[in-house]
Amino acid sequence: MSAIGELSTMTRRKGPMTKEEKKANGRDNKAAYVFLLPWLIGLVVITVGPMLMSLYLSFTDYNLLQPPQWVGIDNFVRMFGDARLHNSLRVTFTYVLVGVPLQLAVALVIALVLDKGLRGLPFYRSIFYLPSLLGGSVAVAILWKQIFGTTGLVNQVLAMIGIQGPGWISDPNTALGSIILLHVWTFGSPMIIFLAGLRQIPNMYYEAAEVDGATTLQKFWRITLPMLSPIIFFNLVLQIIGSFQSFTQAFIVSGGNGGPSDSTMFFTLYLYQKGFGQFDMGYASAMAWFLLVIIGVFTAINFIASKYWVFYDD
Amino acid sequence: MTKIQTLPAAAEDQSSKPSKSPRRRESPGNLAFSRNARIKGLIKHAILILVGGIMIYPLLWMVVSSLRPNDLIFREPGLWLNNLEMSNYTDGWSALTHPFGHYMINSAIVVLGSIVGNLISCSMAAYAFARLQFSGKKLFFGIMLLTIMLPFHVVIVPQYILFSQIGWVNTFWPLIVPKLLATDAFFVFLMVQFIRGIPKELDEAARIDGAGHPRIFLRVILPLMVPALATTTIFTFIWTWNDFFGALIYLTDPDMFTVPVALRAFVDSQSATSWGSLFAMSIVSLFPVFLVFLFGQRFLIKGIATTGIK
Repeated sequence: MSAIGELSTMTRRKGPMTKEEKKANGRDNKAAYVFLLPWLIGLVVITVGPMLMSLYLSFTDYNLLQPPQWVGIDNFVRMFGDARLHNSLRVTFTYVLVGVPLQLAVALVIALVLDKGLRGLPFYRSIFYLPSLLGGSVAVAILWKQIFGTTGLVNQVLAMIGIQGPGWISDPNTALGSIILLHVWTFGSPMIIFLAGLRQIPNMYYEAAEVDGATTLQKFWRITLPMLSPIIFFNLVLQIIGSFQSFTQAFIVSGGNGGPSDSTMFFTLYLYQKGFGQFDMGYASAMAWFLLVIIGVFTAINFIASKYWVFYDD
Repeated sequence: MTKIQTLPAAAEDQSSKPSKSPRRRESPGNLAFSRNARIKGLIKHAILILVGGIMIYPLLWMVVSSLRPNDLIFREPGLWLNNLEMSNYTDGWSALTHPFGHYMINSAIVVLGSIVGNLISCSMAAYAFARLQFSGKKLFFGIMLLTIMLPFHVVIVPQYILFSQIGWVNTFWPLIVPKLLATDAFFVFLMVQFIRGIPKELDEAARIDGAGHPRIFLRVILPLMVPALATTTIFTFIWTWNDFFGALIYLTDPDMFTVPVALRAFVDSQSATSWGSLFAMSIVSLFPVFLVFLFGQRFLIKGIATTGIK
């Protein structure tokens, strides 16, 4: 079961402990905490402590040199009037709302084509998966910058058929699109999750449908899609959470400044500039909490909406 | 998606025996049908080869471009090479303050530290979650799952302040120590799933023989979870090798640069002038990842299919 699946069953299953659980409780306490020690220290020092600290800092003005000055909700009020921040939200939302569905759709289509009887499956799977592994690297972002440059590969190919392409990444209208394309290019990892999910659908359903004379399209809508919906949901949640945090690609492609004219200024890039460029740590912390809330809201909406379209077999 | 072993095993088995698909078996002797199926198969292969070709083309083009003289890179969309131009590699290797190997060694140190950290601390936590009963287990397990989804931006500012105050900026510690403290919860979860698939009778037998938890963990569980450990090793390698954000924040001294920040410095210092050597060093930086991909594919696929790690 996936992490997300597990989490949702944990919240669903409530009730008193069984006798057995009660008896077992406390038996291994000491040993358990010894085994958990590194993780517990990490939780306190690296995760929860810093979270509380960043919550506190979000209400302060802090530049690393002077002690933090309490300013109340000023940082959040500032965010309301910060046009660059609004723009960065627009860019990030576009990236997530266009890039994620597009990537998942491609991943699903390719996973469906790569079905059980196909020869050379391991080979194709590797080819499609490789970009997922490299996609987050600086090297590939550099490559992208050149491919979509004015004299880059894309325009070289277009020139062969007589089209004069724009300077994709130097044009504010197409720069974000190029980065979204980079995201779609890394469809390999959701594809593999889809493939694993497709394997789990019992063949008898298809056999029964064939007996009833169902068409390929009917089989897809009535069997594949509902049976796969938990996996689609899992991929969706995971990709949305991940995409909101994208940074490297935008940083490298735009040369670190979110250009041209802020068209690739991702929220995280703006946060980095505020925090680690201008050492406006209070504001950066407020932004980080805002990002957490946005991701939380998106995930919650996903979970609520899932009740209407995710189908559980059991 | 149930136990870690069942799902990928099913995926592996069926993919390695393509001809035994039950849906194919249904139409023995029906010539018209099998011809139809063959055409369908051909169309599929055509689609896949086309899509795969487009996917891989940019990477191949980068490899070829790194072997071309600079002025040709901007004119040649094809993959033909007239003669090998190795100067991009030699130029790129020594274009920064240090030879590129220096940054690869830095990266290797961080990667090695992270792998050791993740293997030790995540497997310990996973053993506790999968096999031990203790108070607060459900709560802690829930928290652990939640931390998988927590954006690191929420903690990065205070973490930076913390590490800078103990003087760890421009050392590798801020990149390694969190791994020693099992903050990559993905791997804890992956290992929990794996341990759940190991029969409990094994550790019960060891307990009857008088073994305590450390012994059961080291002698029974760890040797059986080698596939999960391998998956963790491989993913930690690739992610840490590619990690840009952490290195960008903590490593500002060129002496300490890891490969991604060195590459970025390279872009800044030469930008438009020497794409050839920039590509050459990009290839060099991707090479270890590619090697790990080649040898660790099986584990990568399993890991991703079960837990959805990237």
